[in-house]
Amino acid sequence: MSSVAASPSLPASGTVRARRPSVLTVYRWELRKLRSQKRTYMGFGLAVLLPVIFVVVQNLHQHHDHGGGDSIFAAQITQSGLATPVLMLLFESVFMLPLIASLVAGDVVAAEDGNGTLKTILTRSVDRGQVFAAKVLAAVTYGAIAVFLSAGVATVGGVASWGFNQITTFSGSVVSAPEGLLLVFAANVCYLIPLLTVVCIGVMLSTTTRNSTAAVVGTVGITILLFIIAGIPGLEGIKPYLLTEQYENWHGLLRTPTDWAPIWHSLWVCALYAVPSLIAAYLVFLRRDVAGG
Amino acid sequence: MLGTRATEDAARDDEAPPPVKARGLVKRYKDVLAVDHIDLNVQAGDVYGFLGPNGAGKTTTLRMALGLITPSDGAVELFGRDPLREGARALEGVAGFVEAPRFYPYMTGRKNLELLAALDGAGARERIEEVLAIVELVPRGKHKVGGYSHGMRQRLGIAAALLRRPRLLILDEPATGLDPAGMRDMRALIRRLAEEGITVLLSSHQLPEVQELCDRVAIVDRGKVVYEGALADLRRQGGAGYRLRTSDDARALELMRGRQGIEQPVVGEHGIAFQAQESDVGALSLALGAAGVGILALSPELATLEDLFFRLTESNGADPASPEGDGRPPAAGALVGAP
Repeated sequence: MSSVAASPSLPASGTVRARRPSVLTVYRWELRKLRSQKRTYMGFGLAVLLPVIFVVVQNLHQHHDHGGGDSIFAAQITQSGLATPVLMLLFESVFMLPLIASLVAGDVVAAEDGNGTLKTILTRSVDRGQVFAAKVLAAVTYGAIAVFLSAGVATVGGVASWGFNQITTFSGSVVSAPEGLLLVFAANVCYLIPLLTVVCIGVMLSTTTRNSTAAVVGTVGITILLFIIAGIPGLEGIKPYLLTEQYENWHGLLRTPTDWAPIWHSLWVCALYAVPSLIAAYLVFLRRDVAGG
Repeated sequence: MLGTRATEDAARDDEAPPPVKARGLVKRYKDVLAVDHIDLNVQAGDVYGFLGPNGAGKTTTLRMALGLITPSDGAVELFGRDPLREGARALEGVAGFVEAPRFYPYMTGRKNLELLAALDGAGARERIEEVLAIVELVPRGKHKVGGYSHGMRQRLGIAAALLRRPRLLILDEPATGLDPAGMRDMRALIRRLAEEGITVLLSSHQLPEVQELCDRVAIVDRGKVVYEGALADLRRQGGAGYRLRTSDDARALELMRGRQGIEQPVVGEHGIAFQAQESDVGALSLALGAAGVGILALSPELATLEDLFFRLTESNGADPASPEGDGRPPAAGALVGAP
């Protein structure tokens, strides 16, 4: 600013009422922020790496061991490439995908607090509610992309290694390859129900703790805690209502006839976790003092 | 006809709500009273200095004004709108920053402005190049903010504020951390913005900056306003001071010490400083002449803002019986706590 006098003229101060940006605009920018951060790629890297490692290892060992395992899909690993994404979902649904989703969900509000940028965006032409909605949508988008990225890599790797062949479901019926592919997609969609619940819990912790690490660890910690509770003898009665039990809701899709009950059950059980978490986060975000930075 | 319209416009302007109007603002953090019934009246066109020592409650007040924190009591309106009730709508025509401006360090300066322009709407994006040029950051716009110096971030903060084409600019310590050239340029920019008709609310503890830029001030100390009004009035209320140089300062001092109406005569490097009413100064000059002491120079000196600031902030709280002790702010233009 050494030559202020020679600088271009200042923008005229405005009196015209501006058209305010929509949630969609804020959401797009939340995605752009995610794209600019290393943390984003760390999660996606994990989502890609695990199926790649799985496929490579299975290729190396296929002549020694034709699966077996305790799952019907493990037994089919070298017979149909579509078994790979199902197995990956079995493995990753319990811990890895919730962890990946937590990386962003736990960070999405707390990071803004840590950087002091919350005050920067809250003094523009968007309301707090819009910012909150955009952040939730961005975290949900990230979780969904991670799930489908992992499934996509597993499907491509599996099909490339063992072919696009028919597959036998949990109930022992054989489905064609195209139908099997559709079921793999549908299974991942169903898995989003509990995963997005994890995202909601992550956003709640991110908003209330204002600390990224605490929120990420807390979200994963809640998942582990629920697993431990599920394993305590005498608490079998509450097991169907634990979030972690809903990670297997998609199994019903891979039966003939399709068993929809676990999916409907997971919908309302997950709502019991997700809705209060989101409402609490929203109220805290709306009323909080932005005093840092 | 034109005359009638001009009159109507003027009347409308008079009726327009002021850029900032705060009434009885209180912010309490558990046992700490950070802001204690603060009133502010920033009028259109003001360059309004918001002065106070560190921790006096300036930033907390500005945060309440921008709707970032909720007052424990009282209310603040920007152009007649309450940021707490009306949210972003209340910030139309308002821009600025509290404490240091913060940006996303992993994005470039230009990308940060693009983001903020998207959150502003109304064609703010088209002004990015223009505002970058104003703060002379065009060449560095493509670099990540994480690598910016403090001064560059301050300038980017101004650029981000200008994107909104503000009618009210709220700046919290904008020159903090800048080198002398940066401070000079920041002042020049603020002056220029004021000349463009933008009302500026400038929080600062840099007294020369406020003295140079502001026409009206509020001085806060320990969460209370100890003065609000025109800077010129404050300086007048600070008492008329004079500086005298004579052919015999020692003899002159001896004469002055015994005279009615001549207060606090002190010999300094540049003569004798003292306070007095104009009529008493006339009588003094005659007395000095009669005593054979030649007057080489006699000039009036208004108290500096620095003098007044310390007088106000150091006396406030020292005297528990002072008028602000009841927790209510002084009337606008009143010098509270001055000797």
